[in-house]
Amino acid sequence: MKSKKLWSFGLAAVLAVSLLGACSQYSSKSNASGGSMQVIKIATQSPLSGGSATLGEAIKLGAQLALEEQQAKFKKMGFKLQLVPYDDQGDPKKGVSNAQLIGSDDQVFGVIGHLNSGVSIPASEVYEKYAIPMISPASTATEVTDRNLKTVNRVCARDDFQGPAGASYAVKTLKAKKIFVIQDKTAYGQGLADAFKAAAEKLGAKIVGYESITVGEKDFNGVLNSVSSAKPDLVYFGGLYAEGGLIVKQARAKGIDVPIMGGDGLDSSTYVDIAGGAVKNTYLTSVAGDVSKTSEGKKFAENYKNKFRKNVESYSAYAYDAMGVMLKGLENAIKANGGKIPTREQVRDAVRAIKDYKGVVTEVDFDSKGDNKYAKVFIYKFNKAAYPAEQEGEISK
Amino acid sequence: MLTDLIGTLPQVLIDGLTLGAIYAVVAIGYTMVYGILELINFAHGEIFMTGAFIGTSLLFLFTGQGWIHTLPAILILLLAIIAASICTGVLGIGIERVAYRPLRNAPKLITLITAIGISFLLQDIVRFIAELKKGTYIINGPNLFNGQIHIKASSLWPEFHDATLKSSFLVVLLVSIVMLAVLDIFVNRTKWGMAMRAVAQDRETASLMSVNVNKVIAITFFIGSALGGATGVLFAVQYGTIDPYIGYTLGIKAFTAAVLGGIGNIRGSMAGGLILGLIEMFAAANLSGLTGGVFGSEYKDVFAFILLIIVLIFKPEGLFGKAAAEKV
Repeated sequence: MKSKKLWSFGLAAVLAVSLLGACSQYSSKSNASGGSMQVIKIATQSPLSGGSATLGEAIKLGAQLALEEQQAKFKKMGFKLQLVPYDDQGDPKKGVSNAQLIGSDDQVFGVIGHLNSGVSIPASEVYEKYAIPMISPASTATEVTDRNLKTVNRVCARDDFQGPAGASYAVKTLKAKKIFVIQDKTAYGQGLADAFKAAAEKLGAKIVGYESITVGEKDFNGVLNSVSSAKPDLVYFGGLYAEGGLIVKQARAKGIDVPIMGGDGLDSSTYVDIAGGAVKNTYLTSVAGDVSKTSEGKKFAENYKNKFRKNVESYSAYAYDAMGVMLKGLENAIKANGGKIPTREQVRDAVRAIKDYKGVVTEVDFDSKGDNKYAKVFIYKFNKAAYPAEQEGEISK
Repeated sequence: MLTDLIGTLPQVLIDGLTLGAIYAVVAIGYTMVYGILELINFAHGEIFMTGAFIGTSLLFLFTGQGWIHTLPAILILLLAIIAASICTGVLGIGIERVAYRPLRNAPKLITLITAIGISFLLQDIVRFIAELKKGTYIINGPNLFNGQIHIKASSLWPEFHDATLKSSFLVVLLVSIVMLAVLDIFVNRTKWGMAMRAVAQDRETASLMSVNVNKVIAITFFIGSALGGATGVLFAVQYGTIDPYIGYTLGIKAFTAAVLGGIGNIRGSMAGGLILGLIEMFAAANLSGLTGGVFGSEYKDVFAFILLIIVLIFKPEGLFGKAAAEKV
């Protein structure tokens, strides 16, 4: 009886998944039919399903908004702009197979994406082959641009800038002298914690402890006991929100009430859910700025809300700016080509050559690797148990 | 350094006991099934996890109904524990009936692989349901027992630092002690307990003595799984956050505790769990101090497992296990 149920459940699940798959393929095909004018397509690649679908959809919508605002301008020049959204599911395999599809469609001249560095890295190898420029609004791993690919650009900051930025805020602004560092032994967590530690030591703070934890565990009282005997005046955690939230919660329960700081791995509403009231007096560094700080940003957030009936997420505005840069590059390439449709190589080089583009959250100027010279790291502080946190400051390179 | 070690001792004891009590109750599930079937039921960690999820959803249900204001928190928790343990108990019987009983005469390795398969199945079913209902599989339970109790350990002996404990610690400790005591009485004083011990000793002979072996095995799975599920609820209350993968690490540790205490021996497993919890906490808090920073607290598990290996070298049957009589 039980096995029968499981079996039918399994079949139903398979059916549902295959239906969904069929749907998504359909939609990308139907978008492909063009009008009488020459069609230029820009693809987005981000997770539209699965655990990080909220962020992935924000990227798609942000890019869509920028594209639709500029459609009229391109129409005058004789081109029809189209958005082709792809779902990479946050999965490198899916991202690469989408990239192949994008590459083989010769009307596509650019890609906005991905969210995950792990997807950006393999997919960009494909873009490089087809010379399609890619601008990521969110992939922060150093390796994304360190491979010196001609097509890969990003508007956000790099991971190896976040640690030092956090250290400078902790030592200079929070006046931390004795710092305890905890990391989660992952490439992200350890990289961040080590970068923080090195920068903090250089600024004259003393590292009174350096410990690591195991991802997936729930009891961090052991590490926290050594924290409380070391009596630091700041605790830094390199890792993600699942462990970070618990560490904060268990530390406060032990009476460790010094500020706790972390990276953008903590920048999630789930972090606040896990830590609850304990989240007060914790800080995080993030590569995503608060759009409500500038008047352009406020206007953008309003337009976004009117159009999609959704609040902006941290990366919506970055996707908007990434699309803006992409279209600017495209426009320059078209102009340089005498108003005719350019080659992908020309668009690629025009995008990399962008100087002093002013977006709603960030200015954009790509260096030789494709990193944004104006990318900033933002410091957030939780004053109450609510997400998002309040922006306390920003640190530029 | 030594002063640090002594100073943190009260806090280490408290944290170690909480973790140890949870290990102990989960370890019993491994030990009971092993004692009777000589099967390492690797799905037990996932039964623990399922219990945590059922318990948390019940707690959500109760708080949603507004019972939290009318009934004392402890009563709500007990209701959730009892309901979750009945569910996981039935789940345990179901798993035994569907996955293990048809394979009872198959080679041991096949049942072991089946157990691992069941554990993956449970992880993914729970993750699927959690994502469907909540959109994410990391679930935060409602906050119960958030009070903090300060223990003035320094007044006992000036070398000690003061310790802090959450009031949920007392709940976890008390409930698990009660569970352990009731189980001990059940196994050693009742007729069914006697039948269980008989089946564990020799299945064929027990069946000749008119013991219904299938029923005894089903009851063993029920009790083991019910205890595992109940501990899951306690875990959810103590740590506040659960995900479908909590059963894996904890299951391995609890299994280790069972081996440390002598697998097949219920009291041994209880002791093994407590010892493992205490050692782990002690190592996590003091390892970097003792080794001058060479080994950090991340080596706590290595430390615990080295102890396990040493025990097994000198006493292969575990700390409290009897040397197994050769079954003929």
